[in-house]
Amino acid sequence: MEVGQLQRSFIEYISSLFNEGFLDAQFSQLQQLQDESNPDFVVEVVSLFFEDSERLLNDLTMALDQPNVDFKQVDAHVHQLKGSSSSVGAQRVKNCCVPFRNVCEEQNTEGCLRCLQQIKQEYLLVKNKLQTLFELEQQIVAAGGAIPMMQ
Amino acid sequence: MNLGVGSVVKTMSGASCSVSWKSNDNNQFPAGLRVLVVDDDPTCLRILEKMLRNCHYEVTKSNRAEIALSLLRENRNGFDIVISDVHMPDMDGFKLLEHVGLEMDLPVIMMSADDSKDVVMKGVTHGACDYLIKPVRIEALKNIWQHVIRKKKHERKDKDFDQSATAEEGDRQQKPPEDLDYSSSANEGGNWKSSKRRKEEEDETEERDDSSSLKKPRVVWSVELHQQFVQAVNQLGIDKAVPKKILELMNVPGLTRENVASHLQKYRLYLRRLSGVSQHPSGLNNSFMGHPEATYGMSSFNGLELQALAATGQLPAQSLATLQAAALGRSATKGATISMPLVDQRNLFSFENPKLRFPEGQQQLNNSNKQINLLHGIPTTMEPKQLADLHQSSHSPSFVAMNMQGNSRVQQNNALLMHMSQQQQQPSRAQMLNETNNVSQVSRPPLSMSQQPLSSNGIPGAVLSRSGGIVANVRGPVYSPVSQASPMVDFSLNQNTELQNNSFPLVSSNSGMSTMTSKRMLQEEVNSDIKRSRGFPSGYNMFDELHQQKSQDWGLSSVGSTFDASHHSTIPGTLDISPSMLVQQGISSMKRNGQNGISPISDAFSSREESGNVNPMGGNLLTVKAEQLHDASYQSSFFPGQFGQDDLMSALLKQQESVGPVETEFGFDGYALDNLPV
Repeated sequence: MEVGQLQRSFIEYISSLFNEGFLDAQFSQLQQLQDESNPDFVVEVVSLFFEDSERLLNDLTMALDQPNVDFKQVDAHVHQLKGSSSSVGAQRVKNCCVPFRNVCEEQNTEGCLRCLQQIKQEYLLVKNKLQTLFELEQQIVAAGGAIPMMQ
Repeated sequence: MNLGVGSVVKTMSGASCSVSWKSNDNNQFPAGLRVLVVDDDPTCLRILEKMLRNCHYEVTKSNRAEIALSLLRENRNGFDIVISDVHMPDMDGFKLLEHVGLEMDLPVIMMSADDSKDVVMKGVTHGACDYLIKPVRIEALKNIWQHVIRKKKHERKDKDFDQSATAEEGDRQQKPPEDLDYSSSANEGGNWKSSKRRKEEEDETEERDDSSSLKKPRVVWSVELHQQFVQAVNQLGIDKAVPKKILELMNVPGLTRENVASHLQKYRLYLRRLSGVSQHPSGLNNSFMGHPEATYGMSSFNGLELQALAATGQLPAQSLATLQAAALGRSATKGATISMPLVDQRNLFSFENPKLRFPEGQQQLNNSNKQINLLHGIPTTMEPKQLADLHQSSHSPSFVAMNMQGNSRVQQNNALLMHMSQQQQQPSRAQMLNETNNVSQVSRPPLSMSQQPLSSNGIPGAVLSRSGGIVANVRGPVYSPVSQASPMVDFSLNQNTELQNNSFPLVSSNSGMSTMTSKRMLQEEVNSDIKRSRGFPSGYNMFDELHQQKSQDWGLSSVGSTFDASHHSTIPGTLDISPSMLVQQGISSMKRNGQNGISPISDAFSSREESGNVNPMGGNLLTVKAEQLHDASYQSSFFPGQFGQDDLMSALLKQQESVGPVETEFGFDGYALDNLPV
């Protein structure tokens, strides 16, 4: 595919991610932080986010699987997930954290499990989208083009 | 500079490094700011690092608080500012904050995805200079250098004030109160001596400093040093532990009494907090004991002070118990918190530190106070800051604590307060005030007992002057709280006895005063102190001197407004009280002062505390106010036209509104603006 086309696809795709709420302004901040000294900054950070999130989601699954759920612990995990997802701009994931913390406070295991399910779904969705985005970027770069910057 | 990911201490070496940031990068200011970032979230950590690098700061990152702390300890002067997450698995962010404040005295910015008021307030009370909500934007990081500059600036200011205050002290002949040795000078055989010594000390530190830098060399309170300190304190006994003696016991070359004094204050704050924590884990509360942060310095108050407090009926039994427990190192109530200090020395510092960083309000007061040297007629060793603090403290215990600690400490406290106040957000002010209130309450009694008659003296004096035109007395007391300087102490001592006698009559004359409970009187005292410090109502004869000062100081009216503003910001609830209560309380406090010097004020606080919350107090206060307002002619004087009482009120009101949420926490809502007599 030629560069121009790739770039247009890229722009279209990333715009849709913003429009559909998968990403928010914080992601743009990350993109703006990327420069020559850190050319893979966004990918690097997002990879960290993936790792961290998966660990947290596992911890959450285990925590909620206990006979006596430690809601404080669950809340701590969710809080952290909220922090990291908001830092990378994974808006929908972050938004799932708020109701999650509420049910934690209520010590409602059922509610927590539902929230966990939802947050896992959102996470997988955004992970998928971002991976697609990065692949597009790689293709652009491979084709000799520059990755268009969003405003 | 791009140090590279994961690099640890980048700089330096010491004094030169510590001042390097400011002086070396004048052209690229604030580039080169040395930031330590601590966050267990790798994603956030990486992002912050990148953002800070983009701001041209030198970044060191760590995902563990323990590592960060050891980094800081190894390189005391290697960092300018610390940014830390609140929720971390290995150590609570606030603990780290306290440690850093206590040991290294660096500005610390807290951050979290949690934006609930409670947490933000906690940041304030623990002394964070700022609180960022995640996700952090680079714009928010661009300006963090201001906290570094501000802190340095205040350190300097304090020093300057100290020096000038010292000189003043030298001029006065004062009866050296027994407890003066810790502070400024007056006692030790001569103001001159202490003044000189202080100046020398300051000169020394000045020399050590790079001239180009704003940073003063800090005494690094290593764990060993702190252990020595605690040993000395325990050896002397909490109530007898004055900086001078501690210094002697510690026998550490190069350590100044001022260093010890400020450290002692932090330590007391910490102890108080411990005891407070045991009672009210949630903290932010207006009750004296209940306020974790407010509990600082408790240990120092044990024994005598506690009993005194209890005796006055001001200190709730529980509080007393807590205090005692704290003093004894046991957990007073719920448990383990009190034992903390024993277990973890560092915690002590952490407590103290946050406490020390008080709300901006105080800062403002300090600033305004600087101008006013209330005790004009009275050689006020208190630096204006102290006055400001004092005023503030009328609301907050810390204030009292400050007074108690004498000049050196006061100065340091002022500095701290200033720092804190500057650093704190508005809500923090209220909190701080609360804390200070608590502290001050505790501290007051001890002060009176031990060494710092100043505060109490000041108030009684003021009262006296008001009622009987006992100008002399008034002066003393009024200022005393403010100025911890030894001169004040002397003054107050004299005053105390006099005041005592006078105060009572005054009370009765004020009509409603006598009927008032000690509590109320105290409250009034507090208020009145505050009021006074502001800018003293023309009603007081003593204020003649003040008037003279006016021009230089705050310009009473302006001061008043300043004060109010600061007050407001600091303690929403107290603000309500302050305008009206100040006047009233001031008087009552003055009366009470006769007994203990500071105690009246503390009593006010403690009585306040007793009620359990600001609200109850508020009710009392209001009631008192009503009585007083009607009775006391002084009241009108308290709200002299010159002050533009309305201005104050409106300022207060505005402040209140602005700190609305905070107010709620403090329980001030109830009376907030409604009750304030305008």
